[in-house]
Amino acid sequence: MAWTRKILRVNLTKGTCTAEDLNMEWAMDYLGSRGLATKYLVEEIDPKVDPLSADNKLIMATGPMTGTIASTGGRYTVVTKGPLTGAIACSNSGGYVGAEMKFAGWDMVIFEGKSPKPVYLMIENDKAELRDASHLWGTSTWHTEEQIKKENQDPQIRISSIGKAGENQVLFSCVVNDLHRAAGRSGVGAVMGSKNLKAVAIRGTKGISNVVNPAEFQKVTAEKKQILAENAVTGEGLPTYGTQVLMNVINEMGALPTRNFKDVKFESANDISAEAMATPRESDGKAQLIANQACFGCTIACGRVSKIDKDHFSVQQKPQYHGASGGLEYEAAWALGAANGVKDLEALQYAQMVCNEQGFDPISFGATVGAVMEMYENGTIDEETIGLKAPFGSAEALCELVDMTANGEGFGVEIGLGSKRLCEKYGQPELSMSVKGQEFPAYDPRGIQGMGLTYATSNRGACHLRSYTVASETLGIPVKTDPLATEGKPGLVMAFQDATAAFDSSGLCVFTSFAWGLGDIQAQIDAACEGDWSEEKLQEVGERIWNMEKLFNLEAGLTKEDDQLPTRLTTEAATEGPAKGLVAGVPEMLPEYYELRGWDKDGVPSAEKLKSLGL
Amino acid sequence: MQKSLYIDPEKCTGCLQCEMACSFEQTGVFNPSQSRIKVFSFEEEGRKVPYTCTQCDEAWCMQACPVDSIKLDATTGAKVVQDETCVGCKVCTISCPFGTINYVVDTGKVAKCDLCGGDPACVKACPTDAITYVDASWTGLDKMRKWAAKANDASL
Repeated sequence: MAWTRKILRVNLTKGTCTAEDLNMEWAMDYLGSRGLATKYLVEEIDPKVDPLSADNKLIMATGPMTGTIASTGGRYTVVTKGPLTGAIACSNSGGYVGAEMKFAGWDMVIFEGKSPKPVYLMIENDKAELRDASHLWGTSTWHTEEQIKKENQDPQIRISSIGKAGENQVLFSCVVNDLHRAAGRSGVGAVMGSKNLKAVAIRGTKGISNVVNPAEFQKVTAEKKQILAENAVTGEGLPTYGTQVLMNVINEMGALPTRNFKDVKFESANDISAEAMATPRESDGKAQLIANQACFGCTIACGRVSKIDKDHFSVQQKPQYHGASGGLEYEAAWALGAANGVKDLEALQYAQMVCNEQGFDPISFGATVGAVMEMYENGTIDEETIGLKAPFGSAEALCELVDMTANGEGFGVEIGLGSKRLCEKYGQPELSMSVKGQEFPAYDPRGIQGMGLTYATSNRGACHLRSYTVASETLGIPVKTDPLATEGKPGLVMAFQDATAAFDSSGLCVFTSFAWGLGDIQAQIDAACEGDWSEEKLQEVGERIWNMEKLFNLEAGLTKEDDQLPTRLTTEAATEGPAKGLVAGVPEMLPEYYELRGWDKDGVPSAEKLKSLGL
Repeated sequence: MQKSLYIDPEKCTGCLQCEMACSFEQTGVFNPSQSRIKVFSFEEEGRKVPYTCTQCDEAWCMQACPVDSIKLDATTGAKVVQDETCVGCKVCTISCPFGTINYVVDTGKVAKCDLCGGDPACVKACPTDAITYVDASWTGLDKMRKWAAKANDASL
């Protein structure tokens, strides 16, 4: 087996840390990470709980593959009820923290209650204790990591923490680990902040000694690494360009949402692309991109490390931003750039750094700024309200607003509520480009129809990582489908959703699914874990997880109305590109999707479906 | 032909596959804290640097050992700790100028890179060829080739 079979329960109200045995029956049905942590959460909390109250719980969980030599085996998930959405929140991160948790001997950590004062959890193998974090409160994730390592005289500690955004309960704040990686979406950082939990610091030296068949595991993981290396996406596109490989591709498809989804192409896409990041700047002759970086165990290495132009207006007299830092990923470059019409690559990098430093999601932040800029331009919000001029394309406004949001100052407080609440407040709810209150990522559903259904039905609110049909609709993985067609998409979305839930629950990265099918992870799981793991079983585990998440949302009070796209996307046609004249076909796809799922017309799972999944 | 590890930090992504492979080869456990090769991260510069024993000819560790527990593997050139006789006195860890031999609390012995008997696990695990195992007399060959390529450029 590759589970440690131990979970750590931390009661923040009482200040206690208790070891418990992992429920192995549940592990057999939910695998690990996303699935297993969600099972624990739904068993332990009332779905109607206020996400920011002491009654909510927050779980950090690894999968059975986390901490093994399998490629990308470094993932962990933060599961809780999300404050941005009121739905299940489930945010996945790489870096090194997940593996370290396993090396310390824990499959997951469950946080419950609320600490009376700021604390951080220190885990050193079997030993776990809460420590005072008063001196860290009000500081950044970067400072927190540095300080914890320093005061423990141990540079090998790995840390997940929140910045000021999580403390201030910005509704899209992250849990940041290893400086530049994040469990990014749905406001999981705000839940941590609401519990007065500043950080989780881990040092694990026990390692993983109990894979079932070590020789077979070594052999099969090596074979699967070879598949990644030989694949055009995981062996070439992602290593060479990072996720930013997509910027020009998606723009050409007429599916790059621009200026709050008013347009589907960004005329300056090339200025914020992977190619631009690698091109020497006119100002100092250096490229922004300086290195590629991998998360633990990853043989793809899609991560980017960049250095901003020291003379850029955003960082003058701010030497703390002059060093290397996590560079632009596609989603962030889109949300901070195209979604606001901003083409200044240095400004995007600055905003990305502040998001990492103070811990908030650049997708939701950038998309919310997009809505603000639209309301500024249509006269709903004026300069006085915002505190500055905020037209589309203003890099200055982007950089000011990111500071204000990070520090909880002025209009930044309103941005921190996310676009849904902000647009409602100003009487224009239809301008929030979100589902379940969570902002869209970087694919326009008019040009990539499967993504519309993906956003609408995602259990954690709009998200690309729940069923990345872009793989099929753009890249032909595993089969090519027409991005403009709605036919066949409900089945495609469902299959991707279930498979992704299995990938996420294994502890492996979903990016491997460009090259690996369920059969490829099955072989690795089967060599490492007890139990009989077949491809069919993983499919079923995925479907079970999806239905479990859906049930949680229904019990939390969400309805069919929460599975709809904003009217802009279903009534305003794309104005140019291949999708010209098309709207998002979600209304026609949704009934078929529900039916394929075995759900009724209101999206409620049938008794037979639940019974067949053992729910 | 004797071979030597050759490390090119420019190619390192920090994935730690080398540390996982090393620890598994040496201890049977996936455990970077038991790896004899370590990858260092220099965040300010965005650099990752794998570092391990260079197998000095006149090895300080070997000369310092009071119980003669570090032996030369004549085939590979590796200086190999003999677990049967090591007493855990740690003098070698003090004498090594590079810090690449370390005491292991769990075993009460010291541990260092032994080149896996001539088939280093880290090399096989590295996905980017940042760690290679090359002719010990020609570790500079790659760099020479790079410069040679420039010298052959008519525009220079």
